[in-house]
Amino acid sequence: MADNKFFYYKKKTINIIMISLSFGAALVAIIPLAFIFYYTISKGITYLNLSFFFEMPKPMGEDGGGMANAIMGTFYLVGIGGLIGVPVGIMAGTYLSEFGQNKFASMVRFMTDVLSGVPSIVVGVVAYTLVVLPMKHFSAYAGGIALAILMIPTITRTTEEMIKLVPHSIREAGLALGIPKWKTTVMIVLKTAWKGIATGILLGLSRVAGETAPLIFTALGNQFWSTDLGQPMASLSVYIYDYARSAYENVIQQAWTAALVLIILISILSLLFKIITRSKYKTKF
Amino acid sequence: MNITKDAESDNGTRKKGILKKIFLSHNIGDFIFERLTLLFAVLVFFLVILMSYEMYQGAKLSIDTFGWSFLSNSVWDPVREIFGALPIIYGTIVSSLLALLITVPLGLGVAIFLSELAPGWLEKPLSFLVELLAGIPSVVYGLWGIFVLVPWLRDYVQPFLSDKLGFLPFFQEGSSSGRGMLTAVLILCVMVLPIISSISRDILRSIPQNQREAAYALGATRWQAIKIVLSDARSGILGATMLGLGRAIGETMAVTMVIGNAAKISSSLFDPSYTMASVIANEFAEATGKLYQSSLIELALILFVITVIINSLARLLVWSTRRKLGVH
Repeated sequence: MADNKFFYYKKKTINIIMISLSFGAALVAIIPLAFIFYYTISKGITYLNLSFFFEMPKPMGEDGGGMANAIMGTFYLVGIGGLIGVPVGIMAGTYLSEFGQNKFASMVRFMTDVLSGVPSIVVGVVAYTLVVLPMKHFSAYAGGIALAILMIPTITRTTEEMIKLVPHSIREAGLALGIPKWKTTVMIVLKTAWKGIATGILLGLSRVAGETAPLIFTALGNQFWSTDLGQPMASLSVYIYDYARSAYENVIQQAWTAALVLIILISILSLLFKIITRSKYKTKF
Repeated sequence: MNITKDAESDNGTRKKGILKKIFLSHNIGDFIFERLTLLFAVLVFFLVILMSYEMYQGAKLSIDTFGWSFLSNSVWDPVREIFGALPIIYGTIVSSLLALLITVPLGLGVAIFLSELAPGWLEKPLSFLVELLAGIPSVVYGLWGIFVLVPWLRDYVQPFLSDKLGFLPFFQEGSSSGRGMLTAVLILCVMVLPIISSISRDILRSIPQNQREAAYALGATRWQAIKIVLSDARSGILGATMLGLGRAIGETMAVTMVIGNAAKISSSLFDPSYTMASVIANEFAEATGKLYQSSLIELALILFVITVIINSLARLLVWSTRRKLGVH
């Protein structure tokens, strides 16, 4: 009898300990997030003013100036990446969901999964050998292509998943009206699934917007205002990396501001993503 | 019909036949559309092959020069053009494994809390916060690491550890800069945590509810029921761990900024080290010599192969668990 009681209390105690440990883990997971946000906001806000968005960077050590060229560069690079990555991802995703009941399609699915796990720095090296070496100089194209490669797996898989959610009855209704299959796919299926696809695109864009590793030896960076895609181009993330290694206090401050702006930018993208997914669940298709 | 057949070669007729078929069946759009999408799928497929080929071409010089000694030589000296990746591979493996050692129990705890214990009103915002961690750019982690984590470790944690646990080789007083293996491991922990916890949470959630009810019916405590759920989910959790490993091995910017960047093997966790990704990030743009650049590309190739293997295994594990549980 006493034995039974012992086991009863033992299992009760272990239960309480393990549950508190699990709660503690959740708490510990939040701490770094709070720290990172606290420091980025409190240190970044000093230089967060209009001149940060509209002025060019001053020479190292001089006070003031902004990162207009880097903000523009980030948009340009993500834009090039999107222009290449989005069509490829959507088309490949469409193939996988509409014609993908064969062995080749499973291989493509596997390859996209493999691709999504490849470190971004490796993609940078490939973009270097593929674009920078033949062109013989660093360029925005090379950076954009690296970003495109990074977003293709996300967009491909989300497109496939989202198109698969479209009920078969809708496709059959289209086909029953004598509409060719391609028209049914483009005008009806893709149109029904576009919200889901848009979230995939936003997810892909927000993932690559903060990438640094694939840019440091492709787009390199640029102190000047340059919209020439064949030339090196500045970006917020590379600026953070460069400025973080500086010895000047005000330069480091600007790195924090750049980090804050980058996080705000990515938050806006993911907020759009949240809004779109929310309304998706409201309107059933 | 006969006359035209005689006039043209067999081949020509066949070609015309196919064309006619396509035009007449009003499916030319379908024909083109399917091939067009197929073309892009092929493009994605060949992208991975192209990447391996490009890196192999770039690494050829280094592979021919050093052969297998590239992996076993521990001297990385760009000035004398001797490149041995052993300390770099050591740094990569040690930093990722140590990070996993801390993160897996922690991430699993978070996953258990989110899927089994947390009430609904707490679970959603908490999941959102953990996923927010995954959205912060690597370079911002690095910035935070340099200016917050490094001084804290240097001024408080390292003196404390070497004072109390200095008899262990891991905590012997090494470099006092604060940049080193320990800092990199801690940063990696924060970065890998969201992956492990969110995938594990999804897997725990997909375990059927009646497993838990059966346990409770037998008088199990909450923890005992969770243990049963965990054992059902173990291959999926292993998969999540390996996905985390893949991320830790390839993590670049944050690690480069805090690991101290020195290619040597040291038992002390306070000493600077190097990982494959951080060597490439740190030295590639300045690599002038052909052999130097080729060696760095070979590192990228090794990193590529390792992450492809790890990710393939991880995907297979997660897939097979989900299939077993009937979730797609």
